[in-house]
Parts: sequence; structure tokens; C-alpha cells
Amino acid sequence: MTMNNQGRPTAPTAASVASIETVSGSRGLLQHADLIFEIGTSETTGVDLPAPQNRTGRLGGVARKVPTGLPGLSEPEMVRHYMRLSQRNYAIDLGFFPLGSCTMKHNPRLNEKMARLPGFGDIHPMQPQATVQGALELIDELATWLKTLTNMPFVAMSPKAGAHGELCGMLAIRQALIARGEGETRKRVLVPASAHGTNPATAVQCGFVVDEIKANKRGRVDMDMLRAKLERTDDVAGIMLTNPNTCGLFETDIKEIADLIHAAGGYFYCDGANFNAIVGRVRPGDLGVDAMHINLHKTFSTPHGGGGPGSGPTVLSEALAPYAPVPFVVKNEDGVFSLVEEVEGEASESFGRMVAFHGQMGMFVRALAYMLSHGADGLKQVAEDAVLNANYIAAKLKTVMTPAFEGYCMHEALFSDAFTADGIETLDIAKALIDEGYHPMTMYFPLVVHGAMLIEPTETESKAELDRFCASLESIARRAAQGDDTLKGAPYLAPMRRLDETRAARKPVLKWVPETASTVAAE
Amino acid sequence: MRYLPLTDDDRKAMLKVIGAKSADDFYGDVPKSARLGGKVAGLPDHQGELAVERHLSKLAAKNRSASSGPFFVGCGAYKHHIPASVDMVIQRSEFLTTYTPYQPEIAQGTLQTLFEFQTQVAALTAMDVANASMYDGSTACAEAAVMACRVTRRKKVILSGGLHPHYAAATKLLCEAQGLEAVHLPVVIDGEIALADMVDDDTACVIGQSPNIFGTVTDMSGVAEAAHGKGALFVSVFTEAVSLGLVTPPGEMGADIAVGEGQSIGVPLGFGGPYVGLFACTEKLVRQMPGRLCGETVDADGKRGFVLTLSTREQHIRRDKATSNICTNSGLCALAFTAHMTLLGDKGLQGLALLNHEAACDLADALEAVPGVEVLTPRFFNEFAFRTPMNAEAVLAMLDEAGVVGGVRASRLFPGEHLGDVIICAATECTTPEDIAAYAAALKEIV
Amino acid sequence: MATYYTEDHEWISVEGDAGKVGITKYAAEQLGDVVFVETPDVGKTVKKGDDMAVVESVKAASDVYAPVSGEVTEANAALADAPETVNESPEGDGWFCVIKLSDTGELDGLMDEAAYTAFCKGL
Repeated sequence: MTMNNQGRPTAPTAASVASIETVSGSRGLLQHADLIFEIGTSETTGVDLPAPQNRTGRLGGVARKVPTGLPGLSEPEMVRHYMRLSQRNYAIDLGFFPLGSCTMKHNPRLNEKMARLPGFGDIHPMQPQATVQGALELIDELATWLKTLTNMPFVAMSPKAGAHGELCGMLAIRQALIARGEGETRKRVLVPASAHGTNPATAVQCGFVVDEIKANKRGRVDMDMLRAKLERTDDVAGIMLTNPNTCGLFETDIKEIADLIHAAGGYFYCDGANFNAIVGRVRPGDLGVDAMHINLHKTFSTPHGGGGPGSGPTVLSEALAPYAPVPFVVKNEDGVFSLVEEVEGEASESFGRMVAFHGQMGMFVRALAYMLSHGADGLKQVAEDAVLNANYIAAKLKTVMTPAFEGYCMHEALFSDAFTADGIETLDIAKALIDEGYHPMTMYFPLVVHGAMLIEPTETESKAELDRFCASLESIARRAAQGDDTLKGAPYLAPMRRLDETRAARKPVLKWVPETASTVAAE
Repeated sequence: MRYLPLTDDDRKAMLKVIGAKSADDFYGDVPKSARLGGKVAGLPDHQGELAVERHLSKLAAKNRSASSGPFFVGCGAYKHHIPASVDMVIQRSEFLTTYTPYQPEIAQGTLQTLFEFQTQVAALTAMDVANASMYDGSTACAEAAVMACRVTRRKKVILSGGLHPHYAAATKLLCEAQGLEAVHLPVVIDGEIALADMVDDDTACVIGQSPNIFGTVTDMSGVAEAAHGKGALFVSVFTEAVSLGLVTPPGEMGADIAVGEGQSIGVPLGFGGPYVGLFACTEKLVRQMPGRLCGETVDADGKRGFVLTLSTREQHIRRDKATSNICTNSGLCALAFTAHMTLLGDKGLQGLALLNHEAACDLADALEAVPGVEVLTPRFFNEFAFRTPMNAEAVLAMLDEAGVVGGVRASRLFPGEHLGDVIICAATECTTPEDIAAYAAALKEIV
Repeated sequence: MATYYTEDHEWISVEGDAGKVGITKYAAEQLGDVVFVETPDVGKTVKKGDDMAVVESVKAASDVYAPVSGEVTEANAALADAPETVNESPEGDGWFCVIKLSDTGELDGLMDEAAYTAFCKGL
């Protein structure tokens, strides 16, 4: 034979894989990541700028005394820093993200591409309107979609996020009451106990007083209590109701609720956070709604971005439309689009301006790209598939977990922690899901269900993915029912173990400080 | 439909597991009168990617982008260069397609960038602490006003006449809704100092801006002193974050709360949004702050990590007693800001700020040389107001015809204020000497 | 000195017309790790049942109600830096404030230790 001495074993040999500490702090693909303040220096910069001439003649001496001292990084260091950090995040593009009430659906890449067209991404909100006719037309087109899908006559486009849309709707109600001469007397807003925290917070921001209504055994508004609360009518401003509600259920009596609140002289604010369950199938305008915000980042697939930006266009009924905020787009008879920016003329009854400029244009482009892609037929399918997926999960897990309510759900399945053994909590189940490679469901919300677990699959998951998830959750649920204490230590396989939130809150360290004095204590 | 993975066979199999006949079963609670027979009428059906791209590209093509010619518009949003790597960072799926870091074990990427962002904003503004961002500068300003009222338990807020009128409007609206009084001083190009004379024993805060809407930079230390003397807070506003590399920052003037727009660092113009609101304050006010805060801690193994903290201020816990109703903020824009700031560093920021100032000085020199033109802003960073011998709207329209987007007419921001002949214009590092020459030449033709 | 309890889980330990106020061991356990306490300003007048202080854990904020009417004469400043004291010694060093009672008759409506223990058992 010809002798070859290059041979070496190529099958893996069995070796101990007990915990290995590395010198670098990296662990294979997971790279060590310091803070930028520990890597960079204030003399380093990753941009090449022309040399300034140090002319500060027109500054009038209003000059910074102490430099920021902030570090810079060269481009390769900067790219690597954020790349490394990115590896410590879970994301929809990586796996199933059933965070209830947040609607973590797939974010189409076409949307990103469209938003980056220079004609949308590189135009200024204050440049002459003649130079941005396409942008105004896009806002008008998106508004038409939103009005048609909701069967509502008007939409305020400027709110920056869902909670900002709530503010818009409640300010419109406030202004309508003022116009009726009842601004000072009608201050009571009914809010179900199951509501998002933003609802009571928004009502108070607008000077209203929150009056809580309880849920009945079916997870819907307790109608007897509602009627009792409406025995006195002269102080009622309105109701803030989420539909489908935060238990993932359609409010059966919604028409009657609308009629009752209108008969009492109040307005019906509908929190549209869960519009994705009914889009293309049910129009809120047909239910008696006066105002409803639409989270473009939930129903219409704009990316959640690690906590925003959102966008919260708010549809308004005939009764509230005159009080809508400025600015808004109008199409003139000659086909030219223009912005109404001041509280005068056709906007003379407007409650005013909520924000600088005209709204979240970048989100408008993305949402319209999504709507055009799906069309009326596709959006109906979106709602149906989202609801089908949720009911499928509910059906597969109902024997091992405790469904919070009977009957079909809408777009999310809600369980209580009644099935767990003593000492095992919802939190432990959530953290164990991390080890299984999933983002946990929403925990401890809504507040009306003990140890709530709210699972929202959305329509962009395949049956195979749902089956895999259900198998994982079923196994964890069985362990939780048996009181398996190892759940208390989960996650074991994530980049970090459980973090000490008590320590973070008792002695808050809210920024990096050089040397050892690294404590920024709150008073 | 390319975004929907379920096949008809899947749907049938799943319905069988559930024990339902069709999707209609799930909508049994919908009132009969609100049930649609089919899809929503009046909208087109689904389209392929190519068709959608064509449609939207057609709309985009009707707009004139800021990069397509000489461009001088400012007033709260600024045309700056964004390094390619910044857009790459924010398009990483792990940042783009995740949410508020509720599960810190699998969200350290977002959390660490927020911690770095907070540190950077605190340093830029020379304040003790900063939050994890607000929607934009105007809403940050409104939140600062109501926060000041909470802190001082007083009900009067005084706004300078140099405050961006959109910021003033958003602030007045929120104050009035909460039964607070907002006093807005007359519009003046150089009037921030006047705030000092207005503060009284009922004042919760005074709100001044530098550079202000006319570009005027002001050392407002005297305003801060006057406010503190009466037990009020001083809120310092900025709309051009790059100015903080050169101009006296809020903390050096004694601000209690600093708020501003962060768009200039890393965020595209985008026709006004999404942007990123910056919010910073002194250490002792931190528990009255709105918005998310990220803090350092350790995990069960003792490793350094980060979590959202001091959450009991927020709506999801405090509900009707929360400091604000804000939930989602502007996470991805904050990431763009921090990534760009990390590239710049202090050295880059100072250089960038100087280039901006110098471009504006060159612009002012060139425009002043045009007969009949008067620069009105006495001290500025990268933006100033000037008077033309003609109606500003007509001037801008004629400049437009000459291919120059010349700025914002003051009458658009302040209708009824007799500023019909005033234009506010900005220059940045993107402004070339040729742009400036083109502006001056065109203006000379017109006036 | 006598100690009284409320159904909202405050305790008040009275000597003369001064009562030291805090939250009970039961309440401290239910709250979990206390991370922040906002004590009332000295000199503040409170009515029985008023929101008087706030106690926060990581995930919850609870109002503490005045068990009696009167004027706050002392507040426990040590809690600012060491909120964990409320967990470690809720009915000792973890006190919130001292109230000078304006009407000692209000104490009649409160529970003694035995009654409060029985009350908690029933929850």
C-alpha cells in the first residue's frame, strides 16, 4: 500500500461534558460581550469626518464645558459588539413567540424594503407639501383601509403607539363632553378589571376617574354590575373596553353594552389591541364603537423592535370625528393632498395637537405594504388562522392545564395555574419554556385569572410548530402538576440564569459609572 | 398567501382536533347584525410582492427626498448622514423582531443596549439618569411638564416662546387634560431668559429650549436659578441632539429634567416618525420618571446582567396611579441612536457638531450677502431664522422651482404671528459648499 | 403600650397619644421582597383610612392606609436605604412612621393580636 500518515480519528469520542469554564468568557458561538464603556475610548471614532476648522464664532460662547467622555468604537468593533449582543436575544425570526396580547407575528421583509425607499425614508415632515404628495397620498390610502376595515368614518393618524391612541380617543371624548357643556360633570369612566393597565392610566391622564367593573364567570363583562353602575347616568363619560377582551374572548353583549353607554350619554372607547382576531371578519363600527386605536405593530405586522416604535391610528365615530387631533390629510377637489395643521377652519373643533409632525410614517408604509399583500380576502384568513391556531392549542392542552374559561377562545388561549402543585408557579413554567427553546407566554396577565398564562400563537405559525410547542408545554405542565422542583431553577440553557430583580430595584444602577463607584442610587 | 403557513389540509385536521366544523364556530359570540357574509367590501384582494412593490414605489417617486438636492429644512428634524453599519444593526432580526424585554434571560441583547443608551443619554445631557426612551421629543416634553407638577405638587407650567410650537401644543394639551395650567410666553427669537422673570410660588416648572425653534442657543443657568429659588423645576428642551457635542448641555445649566429629540443621531427623517424621545433627570427625581428603565443586576450564578426595573411606576402595575400611560416606547430607534453614538464616540460627536456649526455659519454668511436678507438669530448652532424682503411662502416656492428646498416658513409654525417674511433654515454635515452657493444664488435671483 | 391591627394589615403600637405604625408580618410575607418604601412627610395630617405611605415589591405597589387620624411626627428614614428591613423585621425596625393620635377613640374599632391572627387564618 502507499503509506498515508495523515489519518486521524474522525468520529467523536465520548468525553465528559460537565460544566466547562472558559478563559475568554465566551462559550463556543456565544461570544463574551463587554459594555462599550469597557471596550472603547473617547479618542476612538468609527466615522471619518472632514477636519473641522474650529470656528465657533456664531455660538456666542454658549459652549459645552465638560466633554461627554463617551467612548467610540471602530466600525469592525462596533459591528461585532452589536452582533454579539444580538445573539443574546430571542426573536420571532428565530422561533415561536406566543406572548399573549402582544401579537408577535412574522414581520415581512418587503415592509422593511419599502420603508427604506428614499421617497419615504428620506423626506422631511416640514418640507413643502408640494414635494411630498406621494407621502400624503400614502397616509390617505392607509386611512381608507383602516376606515373600511373598521367601518368608521374618520381616523386620526398621528398617535405614536397604542397607549397614545387611547389618549387620542379619550381626549376626543373629553372634548365632545366639553362641547356639550358637560366636561366638568361627566368624569366617570367604566373600565373592566381585566383591562390592560394602559386603560386606567390613560383615563386618569385625561382627568377622568376610573370605576372598575368585574368580569363574570364566563370572562365577559358582568352585565348586572354594569347596569348597576349605570343607574346614575349624569356623571358617566364612557367605557373603555377591550374587544376581543384580554381573556381572549369576544364580548358577547357588546352591542348591549354600547347601547347602554350611549343611553347613559357616554361614549364607547374600544381598545383595539386585539383587532387581529377579527380583522376582515367583523367591523367595530357595526358594534357601536365611538373610538378605537389600532396597533399597527400588532394587527398589521410592523416590527416590535425590542419595545417600539409602535403606531396607534385611532378611528372615530361621526360623534367624535369633529374633535379629532391635528394634523390630518385631506384630498382637495383638484386631487392635491394637503395637511390640516392648525385648529381652525374645518378643524376648528379639534382638541389640538398630540405630537410633533404627522405620525409614524415609517410604520404607515410597512402596514400598507402588509395590507396590500393580504388584501381583503387575506386579512379575513389572517383572523381565522390566528383564531384557529389559538383554539388548537387550547384543545391540545386542556386536559393537562386548566383553561381559565369554557368555550372557544379568539386569538389567544388563557390558562390559570390551578393545575400546578404547591410551590410551582406560572413563572417556573415560563422559565422552563425558555429551556425548550420558546419565548414564554404572557404571565400573570390578565389580573382576573390566578397565575394567568396567556398564549397567543398568531396566524404565522405552522401546524408542525404548534405541535412541537404543545408537546413541550404538555411535558412541562405534567412536571408542574407533579411538583418537580427542578422547574424552580429554570432556565438552565439560556445565556443567563434567573436575574435578581430585587437587587436591581433596591439599589438601582441605571448607568455605567467608571471605577468602583458604580452605584446610582435612587432616592 | 405567502405569510400564512397553514394548508387547507392542516386547517381541516386542526378543526377536527378542536371539534369544530369551521372557523365560523369560533365567531359565535359576534352579534348577528355585525356578522359579514364574506370579506370586507370595498378593498382589493391579495397581491404578490412585485405588485405591492410597484404600487408603493410609484408613491415614493412622487416625493422629493432630502438627498436629491440642496436641502435646508430643520425645525425639529434634521438631515444627517447615517453610517451603513447603523442600519445593519437595527435590521438584525434579533433586535428587529423581538419585543419589550419581559424575559431578561433571553433578552440581554436588548437590555444591554438600553443600559448603554441610558448611559450615553445621561452623559450627552450631563444629567444623572436617563430612561430607555419616549415616543419623541414632543411627547417627552409633555411628560416632563406633568412630572414636574407631580414632583412639586403645583399646577402651573410656563413655556418659553422659543419652544417648538408642536412641543408647546402637545404639552398644553396634556396639561389641560389633567387640570394643570400651561402659560405660553409670546413668540420671540431670543427670549428664553424671560422665563426667569415669570416664575412664581405657584410654578411647577419652566420649560426653555436651546437651540430653540429659531436656532437661538442660550445659557439658561439664570432661568434654572430663578426656578429653584421659587421651588420650581427647570426643564431644558432640545430638538437637535448633535448640538450637545458643542453647545452647553442641560445639566451644565442646572436642569432638573432634560428632554429632547434624538432623531439626529442614527434615525432617518422618515417624514416625521418614528423618532426617539430622550428623557433624563436628576437622581432624586428618578422614581417620578415616566417610561421604561433598565438596571444592572446579577443572575443566579452571579454573572452581570440587566433587567427592566423600578416598574412599579408604570401602567401595567400601578394602573390608574401610574406616572404615565406609556407602554411601548421607541426601542428600535433607541438602538439606532446608541449604535450611531457608539460609532461616533466623544471625538466623533465633537467633530460632527463643529462641522454642523461651520456649515450653518457659511450658510449665514452667504445668505447675509444677498441684499435685503437679514439673519435674525443672534447665536446659533446649525439653524437660524432670516428675514426676506418678500413673503416667505413665495420665496420658498420659487426656491423650490430652482431645485432648492430652502427651509420652513415661520408662518407655517406660527400662523397669525406676523412672521410672514421669516424663513428658518438649517445646515448639517450633509450640506456642501455647492448647496450653499446654489441657495445664495437662487435667493439673489428671487429677491 | 398596646398594639392594634387593621383589616388592611397595618399595626399600630400606642403609648400615650403617640402610635408607631407599620405593616404586619403577614402583609410583608404576601408582598415578597420589599424594594422601596415611601414614608409620609413629617408634619402631614392624616385621616383614618387615608393613603399614607407606599410599599413596593418588584411586581407590586401597595398603598398603606392610616390606621388612625392624627399628625405624622416621625418617619423611618432608615427604610430609604434599607427597604429589606420591612421583610426582616416588619413589626420592629421596619416601622413606617409615628402618628400623634387626634382621637384615641378610633383605636376601639381595631383588632388585638389574637383577633388579627384569627382574621388572617380566615383569609
